[in-house]
Amino acid sequence: MGPDGATDALRKALSMGGDAAVHVRDDALHGSDAFATSLVLAEAIKRIGFDLVVTGMASTDAGMGVVPALLAERLGVPQVTFAGRLSVSGDEVKILRDSDTSSETVTARMPAVVSVTDRTGEARYPSFKGIMAAKKKPVQTWSLADLDIDPALVGLVGARTAVLATTRRSARSAGQLVKDDGDGGRALADFLAAQRFI
Amino acid sequence: MSVVLVVVDAVDGSAPKPTLELLTLARRIGSPAVVVFGPAADQVVPVLAEYGATDVHLVADPRVLEHLVVPKVDALEQIARQAGEPGELAAVLPPASPEGKEIGARLALRLDSGFISDAIDVKAGEPGSGHAVIATQSAFAASWTVTSAVTVGVPVIAVKPNATTPTSEPVEAAVHEVAVELSAAAAATTITDRTVREGSGRPELTEASIVVSGGRAWATASTSP
Repeated sequence: MGPDGATDALRKALSMGGDAAVHVRDDALHGSDAFATSLVLAEAIKRIGFDLVVTGMASTDAGMGVVPALLAERLGVPQVTFAGRLSVSGDEVKILRDSDTSSETVTARMPAVVSVTDRTGEARYPSFKGIMAAKKKPVQTWSLADLDIDPALVGLVGARTAVLATTRRSARSAGQLVKDDGDGGRALADFLAAQRFI
Repeated sequence: MSVVLVVVDAVDGSAPKPTLELLTLARRIGSPAVVVFGPAADQVVPVLAEYGATDVHLVADPRVLEHLVVPKVDALEQIARQAGEPGELAAVLPPASPEGKEIGARLALRLDSGFISDAIDVKAGEPGSGHAVIATQSAFAASWTVTSAVTVGVPVIAVKPNATTPTSEPVEAAVHEVAVELSAAAAATTITDRTVREGSGRPELTEASIVVSGGRAWATASTSP
C-alpha cells in the first residue's frame, strides 16, 4: 500500500526472492492511520490468500508497531509478534522473542500473522540474476474499489484521531565540555558527584 | 463522575512506577479504575488504593499469562463495556510498552474508537472544545511537540514512562473479581516457555528519572587519525 513510488520497493522485494507483488494504490489512501492501513492490508491479504503473513516490527516514522496486531485482529488469526527467530514445521509456527525482562517461546497454528525484529537475520542481497528476473515477475495494482473498501474509512477523512497543535521545541543547549588534560576522568566523576548522580 | 481505565503492565502482583504515573494522570480526567492481570493481582490493591484507584478489577485467570495479548484485550473489552453508560468511560490508558500498545490498538478497534501511542502527557480537554482528553506526543526525535485527540469513541491512549511524577491520594478501593469470557482467538497463540532475565538492579532505561549521556571528541588536528 503506497503511492506510485512504492513500485520501486516492490521490484526490490521481487529481486530479493519474492514471486509476485500486489500494489494497493489509491489517492484516497493519503494520510491513512494504523487502522486504515490494517484494513487495506487485511482486505488485500484475504483476496490473495495466505498461510503466513510476515511483517516488519514498526514503521520508521510513527513507530507505533501496532499494524501486525491489528492485522491479526481483523483477519481473525493468531498474532505472533516481535519474533527474533522464526521457524515453521508442518502447520505450526514457532518464534523466540526477547523483551526487556524475559525471553519467550511462542507457538501458533497457521494461518497466522508474524512480525519480525531486526534480529531475525540479514536480508538476502539482490543478485544481478535476481534483478533481471524481477522485471518479468507480475505486479498487480489494486484500487480501493477493487477491494470493495469505502474510501470514507481511510485517509485523513477516515482517521480516528486529530492533531490539534504542533510546536517546534527550542534547540537544546550544548551541554558541558570538559577539556581533557589527563584529568578528564576526574572531571567526569566530579560532575556526577556534584549533581548527586553517584 | 467519569471513569478512566488504567492497565497495569506487571503480572507478578507488583505495581511498577509507570502504573503509579498512569494513576496520577488518570485522576486529572476522572476516577481511576485499574485492571490488573495475573494470579497475584490481589497483592497490588493496597498500593493502587494509595495512589487513588477507586476501583480495582482483578483478572486472576492464569490463561491471560499463557497466551499473547488477546486474553487481556478480551478482559479489557468486557470491563470497558460494563464500565457504565456510554459516555461514562472517559479513556483507557495502557502503558506504551510493546505489548501495551498492541493491547490498546486491538481494544480500540473492537470499541470502534481511536488510539494514540507514546503519549508523554495526558490531560482533560477544555470544556466545550469537543475533546474530553488531550494527549501530548514528542515527534521527530523530540524536535516537535504534538497535541492530539481521539475523535471517535472512547480514547485509548498508551502513555510512556516518566510522563509525570506519581503522587499519592489514598482512597478506599472497591475490588471486583472479573471472570473473563475468552474469545475463540484468545488461546490461538501459546507461550510455551518463558525465561525471566536477572534484573541488574538498575532502573529500566525507559523508566529512569535521570539519564546522563556523554561522549568523547577526537576530531582535533593533533588527535584525528
